[in-house]
Amino acid sequence: MENDSRFRRLPQASDQTVTLSVEGRPVATRAGDSVAAALLAAGIITTRTTPVSGAPRSPFCLMGVCFDCLMEIDGVPNRQACMTPVRDGMTVALQHGAAAVSEETK
Amino acid sequence: MTDGMARVETCDLAVIGTGPAGMAAAVAAAELGLSVVAVDEQSVPGGQIYRNVLASPVAARLGPDYGHGAALAAAFDAAEGISRRYGTTVWTLSADGEIGLRGERGDIVLLRAKAVILATGALERPMPFPGWTLPGVMTAGSAQILLKSAAVVPADGVVLTGSGPLLYLVAAQLLDIGVRPGAIVETTPGANYRAAARHWRGAAHGAATLLKGLKLIARLRVARVPMVSGATGLSAEAGADGAVARLKYHCGGRERSVACSLLLVHQGVVPNVQISRSLDLPHDWDAAQRCWRPRLGEWGDTALPGIFVAGDGGGIGGALAAEEQGRLAALAAACRLGRIDEQERNRRADAPRRALAHHLAVRPFLDALYRPGDDAVVPADEVVVCRCEEVTAGEIRRCVVDGCVGPNQVKSFIRSGMGPCQGRMCGLTVSEIIAAARGMPVADVGYYRLRQPLKPITLGELAQLEEVAQ
Repeated sequence: MENDSRFRRLPQASDQTVTLSVEGRPVATRAGDSVAAALLAAGIITTRTTPVSGAPRSPFCLMGVCFDCLMEIDGVPNRQACMTPVRDGMTVALQHGAAAVSEETK
Repeated sequence: MTDGMARVETCDLAVIGTGPAGMAAAVAAAELGLSVVAVDEQSVPGGQIYRNVLASPVAARLGPDYGHGAALAAAFDAAEGISRRYGTTVWTLSADGEIGLRGERGDIVLLRAKAVILATGALERPMPFPGWTLPGVMTAGSAQILLKSAAVVPADGVVLTGSGPLLYLVAAQLLDIGVRPGAIVETTPGANYRAAARHWRGAAHGAATLLKGLKLIARLRVARVPMVSGATGLSAEAGADGAVARLKYHCGGRERSVACSLLLVHQGVVPNVQISRSLDLPHDWDAAQRCWRPRLGEWGDTALPGIFVAGDGGGIGGALAAEEQGRLAALAAACRLGRIDEQERNRRADAPRRALAHHLAVRPFLDALYRPGDDAVVPADEVVVCRCEEVTAGEIRRCVVDGCVGPNQVKSFIRSGMGPCQGRMCGLTVSEIIAAARGMPVADVGYYRLRQPLKPITLGELAQLEEVAQ
């Protein structure tokens, strides 16, 4: 799932750090990132597995049209990681196959 | 779970999307005294082309075209009479201008607008080839979004493949910022150069645009970025970790390959027609651009009174053309709502119309040059076409043999286009495959019938409407 040689972060003005919990592990990122950008910058390329074959997928379009970055964010499944801004303390989990209907979305 | 209840609001004009067309439309409409609500899914204005343009940490390194967007966005940001709703998704829109909005915290608003301008822009054309669903295969546009919004860039060795100006632009921007692409594997068919040459007159009018493109390519050559042209038969292969490790392709009669841990793909952009299709507006097949476009009048007016389309969502014309189309649609909306008479509308339209003609002059040349070839849009049997439901081209062809005549039957039979992306990633390919298999024009095969909600919302969010309905 991880390969930290794919992306790197340029030095930039904003260094305000936000910490997410991704699959139970802390991931430090920058305020203003989308969840998808935070994961890619942290070397996490896979965001979900597909409902049909279970194949791994990474974010593809990063503009909200491909739905390949669907993740469970703060307990809510089927959230688009590329459209969701990071918040400190946010919990993020890979979405495996089809999402179950959670209590939060009922 | 949200315990709130939906709010109902009203406005003269709703503008959906705050890219160049939407920003220009909103500013022009507000200047004419209309109350405007401008909505965007992103947390900042700019759309994709001017993504994060007011705050990008790398703005200074992205060139003057991006800087032009900053001026437009600043004017939009400062304009009075515009309510700007960011982080807001349009999940429904009715023919009479009632718009369902979902805010960042799941709050639902029903916005009743007297006129609507759809400025939803473009998305990257699907580029189905074996392995395009592997982790580590992303669009060239996505790399640009990461750069502009998060200052995250690919590591050295990233490979770019496909066709179109954005491929070179992204490669050159990465190079300028200190990233060394491993290769650019270009797929523009050789015959396109001759076809494009016929449009030299338009190209001469757009000389500045073409010169920019040539400079990009020259910069990549000077930097000795390996470039291959006329590649066919692309396939991406996974490494031991399941992610992309290699791009294979045919070129000059030989099979070649290049190693990569990140592969950026791109073959042009196409109108985002999700909303216009869901309204059942008539659309025409644009054979030059190989995509659908909503049928529009000279003001961006549609078959539904009060609903307009501006910018690339109505046909690809680029950011500068989009801006002018936004202004024209705003004038037409203001005239419709009685703020200005027709004479005033026409007088004010003069400058935007001339600018629009200027910006569009180069399009026939670019459309011919970067028109994808058949093999780029009609993939082989084993290729996954519908990424959501993992339906292959072969399965679609078998449906045609079994008697399916169009995309909606294929959708019912084997679920292509029925996943969360609602056909955004497969719709064009499915129509092209069926047309090729049946030996008939894509225009006669048609497209998916799209239904709302346009984006998924939760039942809890939907339930906020209960009070309103009563």
